[in-house]
Amino acid sequence: MKARIIITLKNGVLDPQGKAIENAVAALGIGGVQSVRQGKFIEVELAASSQAEARETVERMCRELLANTVIENYRYEIEG
Amino acid sequence: MKASVIIFPGTNREHDVADVLESVSGRKPQFVWHSETQVPPTDLIVLPGGFSYGDYLRCGAMAARSPIMRDVIAKAKAGTPVLGICNGFQILCESGLLPGVLMRNASLKFVCKEVWLRIEQPDTIFTSRFKRGEVMPAIAAHAEGNYFADADTLDRLESEGRVVFRYADPQGNVTPEANPNGSQRSIAGICDERRRVLGLMPHPENASDPLLGPTGGRRLFESLVDNLVGAA
Repeated sequence: MKARIIITLKNGVLDPQGKAIENAVAALGIGGVQSVRQGKFIEVELAASSQAEARETVERMCRELLANTVIENYRYEIEG
Repeated sequence: MKASVIIFPGTNREHDVADVLESVSGRKPQFVWHSETQVPPTDLIVLPGGFSYGDYLRCGAMAARSPIMRDVIAKAKAGTPVLGICNGFQILCESGLLPGVLMRNASLKFVCKEVWLRIEQPDTIFTSRFKRGEVMPAIAAHAEGNYFADADTLDRLESEGRVVFRYADPQGNVTPEANPNGSQRSIAGICDERRRVLGLMPHPENASDPLLGPTGGRRLFESLVDNLVGAA
């Protein structure tokens, strides 16, 4: 089974890297961009035998290591 | 004072802090490798600066979950003083011993310069040689020193007197220009409820020897000797 995890900064948390990307996009003359937020994408291969087991593993990974919930939110999808 | 300096893969300021600790206390600190599961009996645990685990995932995230940190957390909760400098502060936040998080500097630049810290809380074992409002020089050397916590946490830190250092100018004025990284409320260092776990971003150990420049950072380590010699 495969999990795809997306970690994003919470609303209201300043994202200077997103801002820098925004500025670079504008410098390239690409219009129509209102704002950019940068996050992380993590792919995990799981040995789980059920969706429930896979969710439990991924949930623990996110909570205990992958995301810092002071500033970040996480979401994931599991396929297979 | 018997101090223990924890070393993770990528730590690089362990000798800087060990040198000052030995100079103020007359005792060589012991180095403890991250894969150990026990810190030997000690009066003080130091988490030094550096780039533990290459700053992968988030600064301090991996180190905070390494085997030795389980014992560091247990000892801190039992009252052993812990000092985290720079990456050590990031590790303390990631481990939950201190609240909040150190984010990328607002400027996105690595900041490497002398800064001044106003002493906001002299009533700790780390700052007892200072008076409130005095300034201490220290050397900032970080890309992720931008202290962030939600408003409730910041208010709690302030009301409990746990903001220990704020970025200031050499006269002690806390100004936006003196804040090198965008930290909320210009916070440079905080402590836990019992004021025995301290984290700060700039390096006082690099402002402790006339060979390197300013020496006012030495008083932090002298405060520790005052308070911890004969403690164990």
